[in-house]
Amino acid sequence: MRAAIAAAEVSDTLSIALISKVYPMRSHTVSAEGGAGAAFGDDDSPDLHAFDTIRGSDYLADQDAVEAFVTEAPREITQLEHWGCPWSREPDGHMAVRAFGGMSVNRTVFAADKTGFHLLHTLFQTSLKYDSIVRHDEFFVTSLLNEDGRCAGVAAVDLRDSEVRCFVAKAVILCTGGLGRIFSFTTNASINTGDGMALAYRAGVPLKDMEFVQYHPTGLPGTGILMTEASRGEGGYLINKEGQRFLEEYIPSKMELGPRDILSRAIMQEIEKGRAFEGPYGEYVHLDVRHLGEKLIDEKLPFVRELVRKFVGIDPLHEPIPVRPVVHYMMGGIDTDMMGRTPLPGLYSAGETACVSMNGANRLGSNSLSECLVFGARVGSQAARDALDATAPAQEPLAQLAEAEQDRLVDGYLEKEGGRERIAPIRRELQTAMERGAGVFRTEESLKEAVEEVRGLKDRYRDLAISDRDRAFNTELVAALELGNMLDVAETVVASGLERRESRGSHTRRDARDRDDERYLKHTLASSTPDGPKIEYRDVTITRWPPAERKY
Amino acid sequence: MADPTMTLKVARYRPEHRPKPYFDEYEVPYREDMVVLDALNYIKDELDGSLAYRWSCRMGVCGSCGMMVNYKPRLTCSTFLREFYPKHVVVEPLENFPIIRDLVIDMSDFMEKLRTVKPWIIRTDEHSVDEGEYLQPPEQVDRYKQFSMCINCMLCYAACPVYAKDQEFIGPAALALAYRYNLDTRDQGQDERQQIVAVDWGIWDCTFVGECSVVCPKDVDPAAAIQRSKVAATTKSMMSMLLPFGVEREED
Repeated sequence: MRAAIAAAEVSDTLSIALISKVYPMRSHTVSAEGGAGAAFGDDDSPDLHAFDTIRGSDYLADQDAVEAFVTEAPREITQLEHWGCPWSREPDGHMAVRAFGGMSVNRTVFAADKTGFHLLHTLFQTSLKYDSIVRHDEFFVTSLLNEDGRCAGVAAVDLRDSEVRCFVAKAVILCTGGLGRIFSFTTNASINTGDGMALAYRAGVPLKDMEFVQYHPTGLPGTGILMTEASRGEGGYLINKEGQRFLEEYIPSKMELGPRDILSRAIMQEIEKGRAFEGPYGEYVHLDVRHLGEKLIDEKLPFVRELVRKFVGIDPLHEPIPVRPVVHYMMGGIDTDMMGRTPLPGLYSAGETACVSMNGANRLGSNSLSECLVFGARVGSQAARDALDATAPAQEPLAQLAEAEQDRLVDGYLEKEGGRERIAPIRRELQTAMERGAGVFRTEESLKEAVEEVRGLKDRYRDLAISDRDRAFNTELVAALELGNMLDVAETVVASGLERRESRGSHTRRDARDRDDERYLKHTLASSTPDGPKIEYRDVTITRWPPAERKY
Repeated sequence: MADPTMTLKVARYRPEHRPKPYFDEYEVPYREDMVVLDALNYIKDELDGSLAYRWSCRMGVCGSCGMMVNYKPRLTCSTFLREFYPKHVVVEPLENFPIIRDLVIDMSDFMEKLRTVKPWIIRTDEHSVDEGEYLQPPEQVDRYKQFSMCINCMLCYAACPVYAKDQEFIGPAALALAYRYNLDTRDQGQDERQQIVAVDWGIWDCTFVGECSVVCPKDVDPAAAIQRSKVAATTKSMMSMLLPFGVEREED
């Protein structure tokens, strides 16, 4: 949505289609809680924000991208303020900032602990004032339409009647969020199935750094509902079964404000040492915010209280919250440059779907909302300017491609003969395989096994049949298409992980415990071939911060 | 003892097969921590893949999964089965909206109404972003904060007896959103917005039944927003009655 608004502001002669499989205010940004990072304070500077981000990334971030990000983040957050975002304020009326993991000063701007919700609704409501933005709600994009080596539109099925519509465009921007649903335990919504990544991948665009999957240290066991990092930023403790603040043993200088990869590993190690609680949904530790008091909790963490009361049935004011590490965010994504351009002309991407890369091997909390704003704005205006200069694609061949898509959906799903497999078992087995093979800790063996399992599931997917053959709002068709996307992106995650024989950021190999800059100070690029993903590497851009040991 | 189960009566509408909505019954496993949405997902995955409904975040904030649960508008992700166990649960699409399929309603009217109230900051003197943020102390944020919490779940439209009779009515959520922007110190569009909402199909259509505020899962209290908009509109028109209409001319 940020990209659509940026494009609309370049020229009102452009016609902008905002195509989404859900109504835009349902997008998963809505669930982001803690805040958006930007160097505002007197004690802060863009360089310090850049260094924190680069160190947090375990030196895999492209430093030119990080520099652009930290420079533009404050302006973007102020822009949101001008559009009406109800940021939390200081008594003097300025936007307030709070502490977050891996950030060396308070630089996370927030709207209580519903930052994503307010950010998304502000963008959505603001987008309504632009006549040139035309929404196509509940359209599921099934493929990119390419012409003469450029992306010239998309085919999208209208959920109302299962008809494929052809959208011809001079520029296409993919902003479809993450892929958390390929794992069984995730904070992500049901819609986060890696759709944009899969579309680009199948169109020949490489997916970058897909082995880097972020585990958030604090999710509710069972549901995976996120307990924001802000609960630690505001002073909450992590406590094990022995009653100890166990981070003392892992990251004493930062304690609860350490980066997510290190904290998630620490909790898993506590579990392995038998120092965690046991519950019906696996072992867990405690997140204790009781000492913060009712006033602070209700002012700054009201959503945490609401969620815990509703979904756990306890009041965090009086009892500690059970938490365990949970899949949360994808550092990898569609290979783009700093303007959101992919290697395929006419195709762009931003947000979690894209990998610029400013997050490298581990994203710092509160950088993702700012990333959506900064790179959303960048890609929107870049794509708009390119579109003004581009020649219009020929309609006819694209319409034929879209017709072929309609046939594929009808023959492959809606009127398919035979097919013995069902969606739910394949999805469940995929999620279990990913959790087992590509979790917090990985090995050569676990990844190899996962590669085999995903491949086997892809074979079974070819024999899939759906029971719903109606044309009106066929959610089983959508689930089948999503499962196809999930399998494609999952394969790149495990294949990329298998080839990276080192430990860096979120990618922790028990059989290769050290970081190996000589071999792997590089981005992984996974490209689609008939035999599965082909893995190649590209150097990381280093500007002013030479790779060093990641010390806290 | 056999594992406990529960019966769901689920409204179906499949216009390609039957002209009218009907009910299907499903038996699902029951656990104390299951919500109605979990039961629907169980049905879809294990019993009947053709059941259609919307859902996404399963944590009460995306606003997708509003349905009638035992005749009341509820978010199914936040409604526990234990509230009804061991009796059965009836799940139907949100009332007062046309049904597209099963539990999926047509929300295009609501989306259009949201847009008509101009839910964005209107400025007559727009400052450049480079000049920094508009200052807004916490007490000014508190004035409109509650009315900015709407997740667009439309439970209030399903509960509203006025919207049930008169689909022209702008409705609770959209009117509350207009009021939210009117209260925002950064906004200068109150007059423009007031002309849109202070009409017979706007705030004056509301009979203050208050059901909207009862069912709201986020305590937005649209009924209060509408009542206070009425007061603001009245004060404004009273004021204009008291104001003089030009200088009285002396006869010469």
